[in-house]
Amino acid sequence: MNDMSPDRTILAPLGGDRPAPPRPVALTPGKLPRGMRLIGPLLVVVLWEAASRLGLLSPYTLAAPSTAVATGMAMIADGSLLPHLAASAGRAYAGLFLGVAAGLVLALTSGLTRTGEVLIDGLVQVKRAIPTLALIPLVILWLGIGEVMKIFLIFTAVLVPVYINTHAALRGIDIGHVELARTLGLTRSEFIRKVALPGALPGFFVSLRLAVTLCWTSLVVLELINTQTGIGYLMNRARDWGQTDIIVVGIFIYAALGLISDAVVRILEARALSWRRSIG
Amino acid sequence: MTIHDFRGTVSTRGLTRSFKGRTVLRDVTLDIPRGQFVALLGESGSGKTTLLRALAGLDDDAESSGSYAVPQSVSVLFQDARLLPWLSVIDNLTLGLRHAQAVPEAQAMLEAVGIGDKAAAWPGTLSGGQKQRAALARSLLRGPDLLLADEPFGALDALTRLKMHALLFRLVERQRPTVILVTHDVDEALLLADRILVLRGGTIAEDHAVPLPHPRRTSHPDFERLRLRLLASLGVETDLI
Repeated sequence: MNDMSPDRTILAPLGGDRPAPPRPVALTPGKLPRGMRLIGPLLVVVLWEAASRLGLLSPYTLAAPSTAVATGMAMIADGSLLPHLAASAGRAYAGLFLGVAAGLVLALTSGLTRTGEVLIDGLVQVKRAIPTLALIPLVILWLGIGEVMKIFLIFTAVLVPVYINTHAALRGIDIGHVELARTLGLTRSEFIRKVALPGALPGFFVSLRLAVTLCWTSLVVLELINTQTGIGYLMNRARDWGQTDIIVVGIFIYAALGLISDAVVRILEARALSWRRSIG
Repeated sequence: MTIHDFRGTVSTRGLTRSFKGRTVLRDVTLDIPRGQFVALLGESGSGKTTLLRALAGLDDDAESSGSYAVPQSVSVLFQDARLLPWLSVIDNLTLGLRHAQAVPEAQAMLEAVGIGDKAAAWPGTLSGGQKQRAALARSLLRGPDLLLADEPFGALDALTRLKMHALLFRLVERQRPTVILVTHDVDEALLLADRILVLRGGTIAEDHAVPLPHPRRTSHPDFERLRLRLLASLGVETDLI
């Protein structure tokens, strides 16, 4: 736009001493500046700390955040935290890995073949309706109360959202893309590699974000059962002894792991789906 | 239903298609010689897209009778460019091509349609006109004997559409495939086609030769005469325009 253009010189006086025309109402909130969404959680921590210091919150009810941080530091220093964290992480990520792999294979089989859908889809839907916790008694009878049982239950919990989202993405593939593939004479394998899988990738990443937090969620309950290691074990023992600071340490660790896992998946997603940024 | 090669000729015999009991195409018998540029005109629902999709081998769910024959090598140009958003422009062009020369040929074709600099771009970054250029390049890269185009410029703005007409005409002159272009734009049909078929109620109602020399001008009296006649057969009150 050029300020010297004739249109503007003619139009300018019109607006001169008149009030500016009303602008349409902004119907959606604008985009949030970076980091602003941390304000809510930070505010809660500040209020919590203040309540503890003012004596409104007894340490027997809930330890102050600063106490929990100090306890956490001390536990890291004396080596009583990291082995538990490692034990928990081992279980969570073994279950996650197996669950994601199996969920993906089942979704591909069911999404790309008719036989697969007949055999698999109904079963997974049934599994989806059964809470993981309801399976614990049976799985203990089958697999005992050791590590295998814990990893198996995390595996079954993770499998479901990975299957559901990836399968839905494969089924929801753009019919126009399928027609295109047919008119270009793609083979079935080319179609799967170039059209179906890339098209389902966004759905898979949604499921991965659910899965990375789900594996830790399942763990807390499972670490109530016959174990002397793990964050869940630490928190439950602390409950018996009334150590609210250690319980808060456990909660902080879960929150941090959830946020970090989600961030890692988001980074992977942004790399794998870089084409998406071009679609505004 | 038979499909065999007559080196670019297209023919149908009593081709009828219905979807869930509703007949969309009724007893279409048609012969198109090799290299002819045919425009299919018709109001919405007249069956022009159904005829094109039948020749493209799509719409398996339709109940069909009669027969058609098309060449081995057929390319389809859709109204939406149908580029896969996760493949770069050049990968979209070479999709399904297996010979070693595919990439250099695709690059040359991108130059020919005027977007040689967009080879590595994501389709999502292209304008509507550029996307349709890429789709045209993808269709012609395969050196088809028959190009089936389903309102390829329908979604473009008027200026871009004029440029695309010239581009399509130039490339078709070079490769000489048989072309069937579905359109509702009478001017587009008259500017490009050797022959115009008007569909009505699923049958071919009129068959016009367009004996005008290229490059065609809308101001030519014969152009105007044919235009008024076609608009009348499409049910447009031309004395108001």
